[in-house]
Amino acid sequence: MTTVSLTVNGQSVTADVDPRTLLVQFLRDNLRLTGTHVGCDTSQCGACVVHLNGQAVKSCTTLAVQANASVITTIEGISQGGELHPMQAAFREHHGLQCGYCTPGMIMSAIDIVNRKGNTLDEQTIRAELEGNLCRCTGYHNIVKAVAAGAQGMAQTPLQQAAE
Amino acid sequence: MYAFEYHRPTSVKEAAGLAGKAEDIKFLAGGHTLLPTMKLRLAGPANLIDLGQIAELRGIERSGDTVTIGAMMKHAEVANSAEVKEAIPALAEMAELIGDPHVRNRGTIGGSIANNDPSADYPAACLALNATIITNQRKIAADDFFQGIFTTALEEGEIITQVSFKVPSQAAYTKFRNPASRYALVGVFVAKHASGVRVAVTGAGSSGVFRVTDMERALSGNFAAEALEGVTVAESEMNSDIHADAAYRAHLVGVMARRAVQAAVARG
Repeated sequence: MTTVSLTVNGQSVTADVDPRTLLVQFLRDNLRLTGTHVGCDTSQCGACVVHLNGQAVKSCTTLAVQANASVITTIEGISQGGELHPMQAAFREHHGLQCGYCTPGMIMSAIDIVNRKGNTLDEQTIRAELEGNLCRCTGYHNIVKAVAAGAQGMAQTPLQQAAE
Repeated sequence: MYAFEYHRPTSVKEAAGLAGKAEDIKFLAGGHTLLPTMKLRLAGPANLIDLGQIAELRGIERSGDTVTIGAMMKHAEVANSAEVKEAIPALAEMAELIGDPHVRNRGTIGGSIANNDPSADYPAACLALNATIITNQRKIAADDFFQGIFTTALEEGEIITQVSFKVPSQAAYTKFRNPASRYALVGVFVAKHASGVRVAVTGAGSSGVFRVTDMERALSGNFAAEALEGVTVAESEMNSDIHADAAYRAHLVGVMARRAVQAAVARG
């Protein structure tokens, strides 16, 4: 066993884990944060995307022990005071989901895109930047609309970015 | 994944010491090839030595006509580096073409080079930019480093610490991606140096990354896409699989090489 200490959604967490525990398993099985999904389990689909020190990563291809001393944000950590994060609100408003399985990863990736590319995103940029997130329902049209609207929404709610 | 013992050294010396003592080791860089391979039980090291906490493996530095990048620098860091964008924009653009944003936030230059996947992008950049691979034991010219598919000059337990690239006067990388995997079906890196032109191809060769000396000769006389008319690579030396046969890959090498030269010339 190896001891891992990290901050998850603002809470300090220390645990002894088998070193082969993936970060996504640690989040889901140890911390019961089941909003982060396992889709393909082969680093293709992006359902497992979380933020590690503010950057979007695939938690199915990261060991929990590699995240030692880091700050993790999952889909459960982005709403504040019962209010949806602007990106979550935009996905609801624009029906940016069908079955919903890819949605947590889509939203975590979308926030990362805004953090890197700013609040005004054209369709081409969004589609290119969502390369690492697959929607098996093929519901990309509304996802792209939701990301664009959520990016604008994040500009109007500066507090939400501080949640990182 | 098979069980392993996990080690988290904080210096290259400590990592090398661990590698010397422990049996059946693998170094863990970004983990975006090694961890999937371990999940599939195609690799099962008894000891995993994580290089992620070693500060001396990080950093990007320009000095004269070289850009030196620490082995643990991530693809996104190279793609966004002001130094790299200024000195070798083609290298930053190449890093931006690897995988997807999440992969670029984890995958590292050292990991890519040590793995030498026949479809990886960095090996082509190393050959075209006349790179020197610096390890904890020695300096290895890129021309001597890549020795075939998943095979390099690295000895057991040897650690890449930095990669030093020569700044070209003109360069570009063009990549024809496999539409599903996004790996290079064919990628061509062209770079013009004072000492001559270098053309390196990844994804296509049956023995991994390679230079095309006929193209280099043609372009050294006239650095223009027209100079490549009629210059071909041998089909017999191309990879052939369900994604593309050898003839198609050989054809694509010519197409992507011409596009790379056009892009390099257009950049000026």
